Order: sequence, then structure tokens, then C-alpha cells
Amino acid sequence: MALMTRAGLLLLLLITSVPVLADSAIEVRDFERPVMAERYRDLTASLRCPKCDAQAIDSSDSPVAADMRERVADLLREGRSDKEILDYMVARFGEFVLYNPRLDERTWLLWGLPFVLVMIGGFIVAVFVRKRKHAQVRALSAEEREYLNALFNREGSE
Amino acid sequence: MKRRLLLLFPLLVFLGLGFFLYRGLAMDPSARDSALLAQQFPAFTLSTLEDPDARVDESLLLEQVTLVNVWAEWCPTCKEEMPQLLTLAERGVRLVGINYKDTRVKGREFLDEFGDPFEVNIFDPDGDLGFELGVYGVPETFLVDAEGIIRYKHTGYITPEDVERVVQEVGKWR
Repeated sequence: MALMTRAGLLLLLLITSVPVLADSAIEVRDFERPVMAERYRDLTASLRCPKCDAQAIDSSDSPVAADMRERVADLLREGRSDKEILDYMVARFGEFVLYNPRLDERTWLLWGLPFVLVMIGGFIVAVFVRKRKHAQVRALSAEEREYLNALFNREGSE
Repeated sequence: MKRRLLLLFPLLVFLGLGFFLYRGLAMDPSARDSALLAQQFPAFTLSTLEDPDARVDESLLLEQVTLVNVWAEWCPTCKEEMPQLLTLAERGVRLVGINYKDTRVKGREFLDEFGDPFEVNIFDPDGDLGFELGVYGVPETFLVDAEGIIRYKHTGYITPEDVERVVQEVGKWR
């Protein structure tokens, strides 16, 4: 009897939990072609949710992210290209929604800095290497040679 | 001596970084300019909150500098913003509302309770016009000049301290 009650409770739990699951999960979309589904995944992963800052729209529960996903799917079905869809979102929500900011007069520093830093680093390494090479080929001075000889002789006499 | 000066280099780098990071602390990360600045207000044809049979479009915003406020009954900060909007209306600013993702009943209740500073309210139950405007969090406020071009955007609610600045912005485009 107790077992049956328990099984009944479990069943009840399962039944009542299903709608909750369906509600909180990101909606599932059907596309005619698998290529389109893949493009949908890539696009929604590369668009940043304007409301939640550090989340792509593919995983955000925010209403604006849901609206954007809906729009991406609609535009894909209309046959728009990836670039057109990204442009569409940028025109409304700004560059902010792109996880990969485009190269323009405001972002050249952002894109260029890594290369500049690598070049500076390379320059510093080159300077050090040259210095060291220079140090290795320097011959002993007469004074140093004398001192060295003195050390050798002392060792030998003991 | 020259080498000694070189030792100051990390300190300079630290000071430079510190300066920018310190300034960053005082910045609001959610404040960013609208992508629609200096652009025409998007085209639309919608009914009004007041009258389901009415049709309004973007020509509503021509000929006068207008403050367009996106609001909703379900948005708590919109309630806090209403006194400031009423002040702005009293000071002669033309206000048009966009009732965003709301129902007519709830929208009207909201205005009955908190006052109605708006000349008219555009009814946008599906949030389509909001999407065209790049609205991501209500309330948001757009300043539209007499040619229907968006000149200024205020994201988040207008605090009592913001009122003066908004009045100034309105005056600038008159």
C-alpha cells in the first residue's frame, strides 16, 4: 500500500513537472533543412543579449532575447544571409550585440593591440638575445686572465 | 642613471591602468547610445491604447519635438518614473507613450492610477515597434525632433535628478 502511494506520488510529480520544464527551457525550433538549424544555432550563439550583458541570446531567459531568437528564425526562413541578419540586429540594438565587434575606427585599438604587444615583446626578446650574445663573445681582459691564473696556481700548489 | 629611470616604467603602467579602471568604476555599464541616434523614427501603423479603431503612424511625431516614452503596466520602475513624466508634461514637453507588451485593460488601469502625461499612447501589444526601436528594458525614452529624427535616448527610468537634463535636451532640438 505504502509502495503504491509512493509510486502514485512519483507519477504525480512527473506529470506536474513536465509543463514547468517545457516552460523554462529555450524553445525548440524546426527548420526544413539541417543547414538552417545549424545557422540558427551559430547566429543565436554569436548574438549577445542586450539586457543580460554576458550571455548569448541562445541561452537567455530574458524576453528581449526570446524576441531576438524569434526574429532570427523568421529572417532565416525568409532566406536572408547571416550578414543581413547580423546587420538587422545591429541596426536596432547597436554593435553591442555582436560578440565579435567589427573592425572600425572605434575598435581598431581593440583588434590591433594584441599584435602591437606581441611586436613589443618580440623586440624586447631580440634586444636581450643580442646583448647576451655580445657578452659571450667578449674575451677576458688581461686583469681577469691574471686573476684566473692566480686561482689556478693556488689550487695546484695545495 | 638611465637604467634607474627604466625602473619607474612599471609604476607608470600601473598608474595608467589604475586611472582608466578607476574611471570605469563610476561608469554605468548598461548606459549605451541607441543604435538609432540621428536616424528616422521607424515606420509603424498601430492603434492607440485609448481607441482600438484608431490608426496612428510615424507622422504623429512630426512638426513638434516629442518625448516618446516606452512603458508597461508590469514594469515597476515605470511607476516610479510617472511623477517625473508628469512634471515634464507640466513644463510644456510633448509626451507620447508606447504601451509595450501590455493589455488595454491593464494599460488603462495604470494611467488611471498613476496619471496620464501623454498626448496619446501607441498600443504595441506584441512589442513590434519596441523591437524596431531596440528596446531591451522598459522604461526607455526617446527624444524625437520635429523632422521625426531620434536625437537622444534615456535608458532606464528618468529620476527626479534627470528631469533638468531632459528639459535641456528637449530645448536643444526645439
